[in-house]
Amino acid sequence: MFALTSFLSILHRIFGAALFVGTLLFVYWIGSAAAGPHAYDTAMNFLGSWFGYLLVFGWSFALIYHMCNGVRHMLWDTGRLLSLKEIYQSGYVMVACALSLTVIAWVVGLSV
Amino acid sequence: MVSFALPRNSRVKPGKSHKAPAGAKNVKEFHIYRYDPDKKSNPTLDIFEVDLDSIGPMVLDALIKIKDEMDPTLTFRRSCREGICGSCAMCIDGLNTLSCLKPIADIKGPVKIYPLPHLEVVKDLVCDLTHLYAQYNSIQPWMKTTTPMPKKERLQSPEERDKLDGLWECILCFCCATSCPSYWWNSHRYLGPAILLQAARWVQDSRDEALGERIDDLEDPFKLYRCHTILNCTKACPKGLNPAKAIADLKILVMERSI
Repeated sequence: MFALTSFLSILHRIFGAALFVGTLLFVYWIGSAAAGPHAYDTAMNFLGSWFGYLLVFGWSFALIYHMCNGVRHMLWDTGRLLSLKEIYQSGYVMVACALSLTVIAWVVGLSV
Repeated sequence: MVSFALPRNSRVKPGKSHKAPAGAKNVKEFHIYRYDPDKKSNPTLDIFEVDLDSIGPMVLDALIKIKDEMDPTLTFRRSCREGICGSCAMCIDGLNTLSCLKPIADIKGPVKIYPLPHLEVVKDLVCDLTHLYAQYNSIQPWMKTTTPMPKKERLQSPEERDKLDGLWECILCFCCATSCPSYWWNSHRYLGPAILLQAARWVQDSRDEALGERIDDLEDPFKLYRCHTILNCTKACPKGLNPAKAIADLKILVMERSI
């Protein structure tokens, strides 16, 4: 059955794995810039397509989720926020933070 | 080893249906996992219709009714029927809990009852707890002292005694251990929340004189550190205890000792 505790935990792990793959994409982008203007154009054409945007958007959310939940993990490791009530409250706050920070990052990123 | 699907011979198939007696008005369906080691066939999910007006409020009341009047072969552990013995732990409506403390009224739709997850099933709802008891034994759950026995007793201040609250109440029902994905996958070496809570109970006891030894034993990549703060343990505990907090405090103690 759905339990917030294990659900957020497995998402943390899945996003962690996705970040690994996403980082390869990032390396490809940086590498294409080093390889010259033609390779960079090809990379930008791919990353600028709707599918490219989707990948980068997913990667950004995974990164921010992993960071926000990472803060939660650090607090747990100091013995804080471990009552059942705090576990649930911090879980909802963490998801809200991750969603809003992702939206803010994209609004700022696209307007510059 | 991680496996995501049940082995072929463990897959649950549809089973028998038992109808409620004629004239029953307040009928609820109970879907119960059945496994008989003598039959050499797959487990089944049997359906029992129970008249709620004829029984008490808890899931255990329904199980006893079914065993008494519908199918005497239904096998489960129970003893105190008031949440103090820890015998009737099972997976009800997807969450591990004690059937004697779980009100039927809390559950919408059919009540689905399975044995505790990821343990070997002996029969129906009875699991093999041998490994968990062996792990409990491995943490040496008794007071260890080196100083001579005092004339009367080993004293403890009220503050020192307070540290044991939330630890001594554990009844070893193993709802927490069997709700932990990390324990499902590493139970051969990871102690799991129930045993670690017990380890904390002795580590936190001011009268115990084997603190260093106990922490040496826990300082292990598997025994303690397979806890990944998933926190299903605290969510599951039918006694409202907090194994996650006990484990976090153990990790802090191990770390403090090394700095």
